[in-house]
Amino acid sequence: MNPQSLSRRSEFEWWIEPAGQMRVPAVIYADTSLIEGMDDKVREQVTNVATLPGIQRAAYAMPDAHWGYGFPIGGVAAFDPREGGVISAGGVGFDISCGVRTLHTPFNFAGLERYKADLAEVLFRTIPAGVGSTGDIRLEAQEMDAMLRGGARWAVSRGYGTTQDLDFIEEGGSAAEAKPECVSPEAKNRQSREMGTLGSGNHYLEVQRVAEFFDSAAAASFGLQQDELVVSIHCGSRGLGHQIGTDYLKGMVARGYGQIPDRELACTAIHSELGQQYLGAMRAATNCALANRQILTHLVREAFAQVLPDAKLTLLYDVSHNTCKIERHTIDGSTRELFVHRKGATRSFGPGHPALPAAYRHTGQPVLIGGTMGTESYILAGTAESERRSFSSACHGAGRAMSRTQAAKHWRGETLIEDLRARGILIRTRSFRGVAEEAPGAYKDVRAVAEAAEHAQLARRVARLVPVICVKD
Amino acid sequence: MPRWEHFSHGSDIGVRGFAATPDEAFEQAALALTSVVADLPQVAPINTIEVACEAPDLDLLLMSWLNAVIYEMAVRGMLFSEFHVAISGHSLTATLRGEKVDPERHLLAVEAKGATVTALNVARSSGGEWVAQCVVDV
Repeated sequence: MNPQSLSRRSEFEWWIEPAGQMRVPAVIYADTSLIEGMDDKVREQVTNVATLPGIQRAAYAMPDAHWGYGFPIGGVAAFDPREGGVISAGGVGFDISCGVRTLHTPFNFAGLERYKADLAEVLFRTIPAGVGSTGDIRLEAQEMDAMLRGGARWAVSRGYGTTQDLDFIEEGGSAAEAKPECVSPEAKNRQSREMGTLGSGNHYLEVQRVAEFFDSAAAASFGLQQDELVVSIHCGSRGLGHQIGTDYLKGMVARGYGQIPDRELACTAIHSELGQQYLGAMRAATNCALANRQILTHLVREAFAQVLPDAKLTLLYDVSHNTCKIERHTIDGSTRELFVHRKGATRSFGPGHPALPAAYRHTGQPVLIGGTMGTESYILAGTAESERRSFSSACHGAGRAMSRTQAAKHWRGETLIEDLRARGILIRTRSFRGVAEEAPGAYKDVRAVAEAAEHAQLARRVARLVPVICVKD
Repeated sequence: MPRWEHFSHGSDIGVRGFAATPDEAFEQAALALTSVVADLPQVAPINTIEVACEAPDLDLLLMSWLNAVIYEMAVRGMLFSEFHVAISGHSLTATLRGEKVDPERHLLAVEAKGATVTALNVARSSGGEWVAQCVVDV
């Protein structure tokens, strides 16, 4: 994207002024280099989002934004139902409530070499990952509906994890007002063998070293220690979420797109029958994702216990980055209830927000930014400023710089794995092609993305994590 | 001559089929879809599945078709390497032939989550050839 095509408001804030059908400006947060690396489609898509009915303040793109479906990935938009606001299946994404969960371990990097290979192998055997992988859990119809209503709370009630875990998951581990009856039989059927599975593509399970602190006080608040080993899980609502996205995208497209500039933006009024059905189904998928990450947490604990019997893994936090949530935000001095879409963007509530667990209330929400298997990930903390700048939102990852097609031509999985091993990173996978498509070089510089998020006051950096083991398919 | 290809998308992957008829172009797009997930030549056409779908127009019929294939892949744990499509108006019936996923043999890459409206297009080129394409979320 040519920076000259944007109006620069500050070093990290770029505007597209309202024109044509745009109801509000479009705002991109990034540095010049990230802007130059962004596809022109980001500009087109964030501009299109700004035309949607009921949108408030601006359509936003985060520093890791890239070409998505209707909405850019890394897109944030909030809608007021009292002004005809809409909900968009594409604005949430196919992998509903995809997110990152990070677990503390009691172990230090210094002792890792003694058991690193064993741990990698046990994690690889324990965590179902990749195309067609299935878990051991089979849910009958009644239990499926209980899971879709209860999320991680359901999982804990069935013995996967502890009630303490729930305090460190957005919405206490369960999205309210989920409606399993709005989820198609096909979606439930697709999920029947996929509980407790990681999936493929950019999903992963990593053991990471806490390599650097940027804010020691915030790091202490999050319970982090220098050189501590943590575990991060990136995955979502699996086949159920994918099918709900498919079902409702089709429904919203079929309904017609009227004056909307692109049918990819297919949406419906929040208060319409279809809008309410989608909300109920989307919240059920959110619960599916939260239950899935909770079961995976249980499996990770079991795997650690096989190698390190004294292991006690506690939850740092769990964030979802493909969501639409009802939140209260201030518009023109009045507080309103808005439907905030975050498509590839992380909620970043600042200090004092009542939704945060007591332990983090003075620090702000942990914002978990996934990197690549060869670079690094970040933990940031939400800022008070992000409320006014992006409806309390920040980036979610590195964002792709190169397509899968290009990456598969450019790299060989076997070579990448060998190169990473030489750098001390063990990759466990069944798919060399999948690794090539996810090559670290196919992604943007996550360091630049995290820095831009901080400079734009969306969130502030707390800690940098580097991978030491990665399970991926 | 019927053929397929992938095309680039910022985060995911596009599938595109070319053929003399829309029916065959849909078949080719489905072969491109299998090739997103696995190594197509390794997939043996052993078991047969029938599917049917409909949509308001030909573009959305392609999306529905590819989503029907993705659904069968997911719930049956199968991959497909032969497709026979018969389009009538804005509905289709099809036969899929394939086999159960074998992670060792099929050189798996990535799951397909769903076909999207992005770059969705079914059209006849100036040379008379039909093209059927869209981006698939993976």
